[in-house]
Amino acid sequence: MGEQSGAQNAWDMLSDEQSQKHTTTGSGDLNDILGGGIHCKEVTEIGGVPGVGKTQLGIQLAINVQIPVEYGGLGGKAVYIDTEGSFMVERVYQIAEGCIRDILEHFPQSHEKSSSGQKQLQPEHFLADIYYFRICSYTEQIAVINYLEKFLGEHKDVRIVVIDSVTFHFRQDFEDLALRTRVLSGLSLKLMKIAKTYNLAVVLLNQVTTKFTEGSFQLTLALGDSWSHSCTNRVILYWNGNERYACLDKSPSLPVASAPYAVTGKGIRDAVSSNHKRARVT
Amino acid sequence: MANMPVSEMRLPPHLAHLLAARRLDTAKDVLSLPEVELMAILDAGLPTARAAVALVSEAACPPYQTALALLEERVRLGGGVRLATTLCGLDEALGGGIPMGKLTEVVGPSGIGKTQFCLKLALLAALPEYYGGLDGRVVYIDTEFKFSSRRMIEIGQKSFPQIFRQEGLAQKMAGRILVTRPTSLADFTKSLEEMKVTLLQHDVKLLIVDSMAALMSLENEKATAGFRQHPLRWTLSFLKSIAEFSRVPVVVTNQVRSQSNDDGYHFSFEVDKKDGNKCAERFDSHLVAALGIQWAHAVTVRLVFESHSGHRFIKVAKSPMSPAVAFPFIVESSGITLLSDESIDVTGPGITSIHCQGQNVLAR
Repeated sequence: MGEQSGAQNAWDMLSDEQSQKHTTTGSGDLNDILGGGIHCKEVTEIGGVPGVGKTQLGIQLAINVQIPVEYGGLGGKAVYIDTEGSFMVERVYQIAEGCIRDILEHFPQSHEKSSSGQKQLQPEHFLADIYYFRICSYTEQIAVINYLEKFLGEHKDVRIVVIDSVTFHFRQDFEDLALRTRVLSGLSLKLMKIAKTYNLAVVLLNQVTTKFTEGSFQLTLALGDSWSHSCTNRVILYWNGNERYACLDKSPSLPVASAPYAVTGKGIRDAVSSNHKRARVT
Repeated sequence: MANMPVSEMRLPPHLAHLLAARRLDTAKDVLSLPEVELMAILDAGLPTARAAVALVSEAACPPYQTALALLEERVRLGGGVRLATTLCGLDEALGGGIPMGKLTEVVGPSGIGKTQFCLKLALLAALPEYYGGLDGRVVYIDTEFKFSSRRMIEIGQKSFPQIFRQEGLAQKMAGRILVTRPTSLADFTKSLEEMKVTLLQHDVKLLIVDSMAALMSLENEKATAGFRQHPLRWTLSFLKSIAEFSRVPVVVTNQVRSQSNDDGYHFSFEVDKKDGNKCAERFDSHLVAALGIQWAHAVTVRLVFESHSGHRFIKVAKSPMSPAVAFPFIVESSGITLLSDESIDVTGPGITSIHCQGQNVLAR
């Protein structure tokens, strides 16, 4: 008889969950509310108003996933799927430099090549480990997500897939909204399967739209109500007074909470006001 | 890639025949269908449908590049990664100038200097390389009849006197700038489509749309029954793809409008907090950019022209390369000039709001 295929008992799952890997966001406060960082084996949606830093965070994650294991990272590679053309390679270089500088600060003995002969701490090496796809229509977006299954089988060292943004083409070109919902739910299932099968993090950047609820227009993430159920985790980036904040709005195991962060020349870091305490929303 | 015909994909014959028989001729046809619907149309089992989707996806998926290859390609294509505006502080903040292949938006109240800025950019793109220009042609789409050749030449003469003294140069420069004046969105769309060819064949180095908002407001007044899709979205897609494809900078000007109650301001989880403050914030900045939030997401760089405290400022409100900073400026005979190259940091809500002192917006 044996086990039912695909089923696991909860005790085994617990040890899986405990050994789960995270990718640091660059901000300690943000990592704290996320339970250490962006989780592998999960789909995380990150949304926010234009200019608040979604692409910056996406790029930061594509760099941070590559931090070598001996410095506390995953030592993996990244897939960056760009649907809007927001990927500016000079900025990626800057962020890579910032990451390296921080590593060297924390691990001053590592100026020589690391003992296991792994990745050299040069920005070019970090850039070489980001697989970049430029997507120009929703057809291509569907194609690349389908193709990922084969691609990731051939590139087993990828630990993060970032889609920036998942919204753009679906807002533009889809006339039949009911069909759009079905296509999107098919995609989100595929992405969850990829995350679990290949043990990597899937990060979906989403845009913002307005919705009429409770008597007024409010901001909400795009693509509709049914999509909002599809992701495991949801993080919303917003302005709170003079600072950028992130709110963990949905998570299977962590409470809703907000934390400040900053976008600096080096990339995403703790806000100046940070004292590393978690600020709760409720 | 979306319209890639199935016939060109070198699929195994039985799949190719099956798809052709059901009139699924392009990648888009096959991939727009959820799995279950594809199975129904093909009258085939799940493995067949999945195989078809996997093979079509692989064929239709664009090739990847590593970020390093992207960087090397950029370096190899030589300088010209940016169009320098000659406003030093601004160029530094933008990492060299207006980025190529991306959409840059210039937004602000009327009369503040957006067209003056565009005129200068047009000139700069036309100037020969040894004078710091791009030595190319410019397409200037003028929807509000604001383009003035006389003014542009005046800017040229005052900014680059030694160049413009040369005989025939003014004529040569002016000859490189092609001005079109569409009177409707349909006209505009048509010129854009013709533009694609022009851009590639005629060495166009800059595309300016002044202003985008005017076209859209024309359109909103008419019935849009003829359009399958919202016109702005289509235009947006098209502009972005032209920009990237031809690697030219595209500069679009946008207007402002007063804030209305339809503008969502907060997320639902924020609403409970500080109700009193919310009202105060709403009255603080009366203006928002026209064209909406979707447009705001789609532009890569947003330059806000605004006035407060008795001065005018160019504010870098959105840019992947720099934090939010502002520079005071004036408009004089040589065009826009910065009063200072020292940037002023802009924090918090100041980044997203647009100030306009000294103008009665309610009278608009």
